[in-house]
Amino acid sequence: VASEVSEREQKVLNIIETARAKRSKFRDTQITMAHGAGGKATQSLIEGLLVPSFANDTLEAMADAGTVAVLGGNVAMTTDSFVVNPITFPGGTIGELAVNGTVNDLAMAGAKPLALTLSLILEEGLPAEILKEQVAAVAKASAEAGVPIVAGDTKVVPRGMCDQMYMCTTGMGVLDDRASLSPAALRPGDKILVSGRIGDHGTAIMLARGEFELDADITSDTMCLWPMVDTLLDQAGPSLRCLRDATRGGVASVLNELARASRVAMVINEAAVPVHPAVAGAAEILGIDPMHVANEGKMVVIVAPEAADAALAALRSAPGGEAAAIIGDCRTEPEGMVLMATAFGGKRVMDQLVGDPLPRIC
Amino acid sequence: MKYVDEFRDPALGEVLAGEILGLVEPGRHYKFMEVCGGHTHSIYKYGIDDLLPANVELVHGPGCPVCVIPMGRVDDGISLAHQPDVIFTCFGDMLRVPGSDGTLLDAKAEGADIRMVYSPLDALRLAKANPDRPVIFFAIGFETTAPSTALTLKRAKAEGVSNFFCMCNHVTIVPPLRALLDSPDLRLDGFIGPGHVSTVVGVRPFEFIPAEYGKPISVAGFEPLDVLHAIHMILTQLKEGRCEVENQYARVVPYDGNPRALQVMSEVFELRPHFEWRGMGFISQSGLKLSEAYADMDAEIQYGVPGIRVADPKACQCGEVLKGVIKPWECKVFGSGCTPERPIGTCMVSSEGACAAYYNYGRFAREREVV
Repeated sequence: VASEVSEREQKVLNIIETARAKRSKFRDTQITMAHGAGGKATQSLIEGLLVPSFANDTLEAMADAGTVAVLGGNVAMTTDSFVVNPITFPGGTIGELAVNGTVNDLAMAGAKPLALTLSLILEEGLPAEILKEQVAAVAKASAEAGVPIVAGDTKVVPRGMCDQMYMCTTGMGVLDDRASLSPAALRPGDKILVSGRIGDHGTAIMLARGEFELDADITSDTMCLWPMVDTLLDQAGPSLRCLRDATRGGVASVLNELARASRVAMVINEAAVPVHPAVAGAAEILGIDPMHVANEGKMVVIVAPEAADAALAALRSAPGGEAAAIIGDCRTEPEGMVLMATAFGGKRVMDQLVGDPLPRIC
Repeated sequence: MKYVDEFRDPALGEVLAGEILGLVEPGRHYKFMEVCGGHTHSIYKYGIDDLLPANVELVHGPGCPVCVIPMGRVDDGISLAHQPDVIFTCFGDMLRVPGSDGTLLDAKAEGADIRMVYSPLDALRLAKANPDRPVIFFAIGFETTAPSTALTLKRAKAEGVSNFFCMCNHVTIVPPLRALLDSPDLRLDGFIGPGHVSTVVGVRPFEFIPAEYGKPISVAGFEPLDVLHAIHMILTQLKEGRCEVENQYARVVPYDGNPRALQVMSEVFELRPHFEWRGMGFISQSGLKLSEAYADMDAEIQYGVPGIRVADPKACQCGEVLKGVIKPWECKVFGSGCTPERPIGTCMVSSEGACAAYYNYGRFAREREVV
C-alpha cells in the first residue's frame, strides 16, 4: 500500500511544482560570482533579464547558437568570452579554449563552423612573449579545426583592470541539412549519451591552480567537436534530438536545462557515467560531483531510442569519443526533473549547480 | 577507490535492506534522527531512503555546522570582512548562508576580500604570504573540525605570525542533543550517532542518551553500507528490547576518542556560557571561544563585532522540523516564503537540510511500501 498524501501536503507540492515550472526571475541586487558559474543563478540572469530584454524567437529557443535566414540558407551565429585562470594549464591554454569553445557551440547547433572573429582584452604590462604564445595557440587550434580567424579587435586596459588577458570569439557557421536539433525536441524514451569521460577540464584547472595540494595526472579535454558531430550526423542524423557541450555547470546543468525545455523527466544511471578514476578521486576529496564539473570537449547527445546504438558507435569511432556511453533515458514523469539512479541502488534528484565552487573555469 | 568502494557494494546493501525489512514490526512507525549533516548527505547522495521500508523515517538532525550558524553571527562575519585591508577566509559552503542583510557572497561582490579555503592551514598560509594584511579565519564546525583550528592557532603562535586571527563559531555536539531530548514534544525512536565527531570525542559522551532518555544510538560511518548497518543495529536493539550506545564505526572511532585532539582543544578553546543556534535558540555551554592565552588572535576581541542578535524570522519553524514534531511541508512558510533559492531557516539553507531535501525530492519519496 503506497502511503497516502494528505490533501494539504498535495497542495504544498502543487505550489512547488508551479513555482518550478515558471521562468526564473532575476531578482538579485548585484552580480555575484555565482551568476557566471553556469548554474541556477546564471539561468535566472539569462531567463529573467537577457532573453526577455532582447525578446525574439531565435534567442528564446535558447540553443548554443542562434540561426539567421540569409539568402535562402540558414546561418548559425554564436559568441563566447574566455577568462580562465591560469591561462595555461595541463592539456590546454586560453587560446585553444577560445577557438574550440565557440566552434563547439556552432557544432552543437548542427552547424558546420566556417569563420571566427577574435577580440583580445589585454592588461597593461602583459609580457609580449605570453601574448605571442597565446596568439600561436589560437592559430594552431583554428588551423586544426579548419576555421579561419577572419576579423579581430584589440583593447588594452590599465594594469589591474583585467587579469593578463581575456579573449572573446564570435563564430559563424552554416546549418547542416542532416540536422534538426532543438532543446525542446526531446521525447520520453529518448536515450541520453555522453561523448566520453566527464569532469576532466574543471579538475585539471582546479589542480593547476595549486590551491589544494593535490597532484594527479589529469589534462583538460579541450578539443574541437565538429568532426565527431559530422560523423554523428552521418550515422544518426534524423534521429538526433539535441546536442549540448557540457561546459560550465557540467553535465548536470545541461540535462536540467533540456529536461525543462522539453518538459520530460530524465533518469541517469550513475554506474554508466564514464569518469576518470583520478577525477572521481579528486571530486570525492573536495566534495564536488563530477556531474557538476566543466568539460571543454565533451557533449551530451539525446537521440531517439532506435538510433541509440548507431549514435554510440559513431561517437566511439571518432577520435576523443572512445569512452562514449549511454547514461540514461527520458521519461514522462516527473516533468522537468533529472533523477539519478545511484550505483548503490537508490534514487536522488540531480539538481543544477547552486553557487560557484570553482570560478573562472573557461 | 580502494577502501571506499567496499562500503558502497550494492549487493551487500540489498542484503542489509532485506534484513531491515525483517526487523520492522508491521504497523509501527519508526523515526530515527541522523544527527550529523554528513549522514544526511550520504542518505541523499546514495538514495539510502529508497532502500528502507516507508515506515522507517529518517529525521535530519542539527549536525550541519553551516546551517546552525545564526544570522547574527553571519552579520558579524560580514562586518569583519568589510574592515580595511582584511582578508576574510571561510569554507565554501558558508558563503551562501544568509545573514540579516545578505550573504558573504554578496559582501564579496560589494568589495570585501573574501576567500574560500579548504583548511585553516590555508588561511594561515595566506597570512604568511600577506604579512601586512590581517587574515581572519571564520571557524565553524563541531569537535570534528575544532582540533584543526586549534592546531593552526597553536602553530601561528609558535611561529609568531601576528596577522592571523580567528572568529570562532565552533560548537559542541552534546548540548544540542540534550536540548532536543529535553523538549516535551520530541518524537524519535533512536539516533544514528555522528561518526566524525566521535573520532575526537569518542563514544562515551553519548551514554546519557540511552541511560537518561531511553533511546538507542549507533555511532555510524558515512558510506551507504555504514548508514544501513547502523539502522539495522538500532532496529535490532528495539526488537530485542535493548537500549544502549553501539559503535558501528569501530574501524575509525575509539571508545575514548582522540585524547591528543581533546588536549589541544582544551588548550586553545574554552566554553562560552551560551551560544545561539539557528532554529534552536540559545543553548548553554554549546559553543567554544578562544581561551585567554589566545585572546590576541581572537578576531571578536581584536576587531570587535556588532554582536547584534538577529531573531530567526517568526514564521520559521525549523526548530519543530529538527525535533521531528512537524514535517517540512507543515511549516507556514515552506515553499512560499522559504525556498532553496531564498532560504529563511536552517533546514532550507543547505541542500542537505530537511526542508531543502523535501522541496527537491518530496514527491518522489513516496514509491516505497509501508510494511
